Amino acid sequence: MNAAIVIIFGFLLLSLVLGIRARQGHTMDMEQWAIGGRGFSKFLVFILLAGETYSVFTLLGTSGFAYANGPAAFYTVAFTTLGMITSYWLLPPVWRYAKKHQIISMSELFSKKYKSAGLGIFVTVIGVVALIPYIVVLFKSMGILVSATSYGSISPQVAIWIGMIVLVVYVLVSGIHGSAWNAIIKDILIFFVILFLGIYLPFKYYGGIQSMFEAVHLAKPNFMMFPESGKSMSWFLSTIAISTFGYFMWPHNAPVIFSAKNERAFRFNAVVFPLYALMVLFVCLVGYTAAIQIPGLKGGDTDFALLNLSMKSFDPWFVGIIGATGLLATLIPGSMMLISASTMLTKNFFFSVFPNVNESKTPMVAKVFVIVLSMICTLFALLESSTLVTLYLTAYAMVIQLAPSLYFSFTKNNPITKQGAFAGITLGIGFILYTSFAKVTMITLFPTMPKIVQDLNIGVLALVINIVTMCLVSVLTKKTANISTDQSVA
Amino acid sequence: MKPYYWLAIIPFFEIFIGVPWANRIEPYVLGMPFIMFWIIWCAISTSIIIGVIYRLDPLNKGSETE
Repeated sequence: MNAAIVIIFGFLLLSLVLGIRARQGHTMDMEQWAIGGRGFSKFLVFILLAGETYSVFTLLGTSGFAYANGPAAFYTVAFTTLGMITSYWLLPPVWRYAKKHQIISMSELFSKKYKSAGLGIFVTVIGVVALIPYIVVLFKSMGILVSATSYGSISPQVAIWIGMIVLVVYVLVSGIHGSAWNAIIKDILIFFVILFLGIYLPFKYYGGIQSMFEAVHLAKPNFMMFPESGKSMSWFLSTIAISTFGYFMWPHNAPVIFSAKNERAFRFNAVVFPLYALMVLFVCLVGYTAAIQIPGLKGGDTDFALLNLSMKSFDPWFVGIIGATGLLATLIPGSMMLISASTMLTKNFFFSVFPNVNESKTPMVAKVFVIVLSMICTLFALLESSTLVTLYLTAYAMVIQLAPSLYFSFTKNNPITKQGAFAGITLGIGFILYTSFAKVTMITLFPTMPKIVQDLNIGVLALVINIVTMCLVSVLTKKTANISTDQSVA
Repeated sequence: MKPYYWLAIIPFFEIFIGVPWANRIEPYVLGMPFIMFWIIWCAISTSIIIGVIYRLDPLNKGSETE
């Protein structure tokens, strides 16, 4: 036992206690457990949405990505900024509609909008499938974090199991109320840890930010410019374009959005959030410092950049604080993802398939789903060797596929039919799954095309396939719908 | 559609046209390579622009409960 591990487990216990206390004074029906009874102030909505932005993935994944790819790591800041602009106009109508129809999940939104219970069930399954790689990211991060900060005394595998058990207990006792309070503690912690690391480390090793960048430039010329190929300008802009487009499609963000007390909360968020996103840049500074201080990390090991540099630079007790921050930054987003995935599975999958089960069983069924999902994600986390950013972007590319048909459903005369929505999402997601399991890339698909095409984020292609299919099928099915009504009139 | 809503298009230009233009290391601004400074500028200017829209928009006036 070293000081780091003691501190990490101390914080773990504290967050569990807070989670349990948060529950007191609220009778936990499903609407309370999942969306806090639609009573969250703009401050809490902000904190919960921000909790998503500053997860352990930011700490480890983004620093590792900066370590390996230079300026490409700014993509989170860029798409968060643009995504928040869209929120000003996008979220209020969605929130109003959800409130009017008492909707608490993404799939209910789809089934109400397209008047199709089948589409709701389908979106549930898609949403959960897309969340799995993201939860895997969190579990993997937790493994990296605990095993590194225990200085090897806990293996990553054991750490993943410990983290999973803590997360499940946490979710089962507290629901979203626990998330809100712990999110505040976590945000304060991660704010100071990121700020401190991002400033202290460049000063410690190079005497300043600019001299750090000059040292980077000396060791790796033009590292801080987008390269001609690879994580190039084409990759950057295409990734930002699709990520902005699908910024609010994460199923676990839906409960946060619906938990707002009024719609002004979203417009206010849009003003503040881009500034908050800038914090990511301090994580990048850590990555760039590590690029010369800890050279030679390759592939999945780049995710260790921040932790290795911290362990080289600090006493164990401070490494413990970093580790504890990382753990909290896993619990909050992780609990929100598990809550929304299991809410969706319970309300929109289980009760649609088994309508005869008594409604009073709802909370129990939701909790069983929490456990089952965690087990599945743990298994993937133990097997997966990709970098955190690769996994994250795969998950992201999948949820984005929900965006076209959802946006169309909020237009005045929605031209898209439920068949069109279904077909588009199916092909889009199918394409992503195919490319990630068969290891197909834009380069293998288009070997003769110029670099600018080969470097495009493959999600762009999936989105194009999705939209084209959606429109074609909608045109076809609308025609048959018209013909059948014509015949019935005749 | 309120005319000042069009302001929100500026950040998109700043990213999709501005970033390829700003892809350089020198001059350093506040100790950062120029490209990094530009990204920061994009976020700050977006916040200002949305702030202006928020202030002008009558939707955000009056009491909090709607």
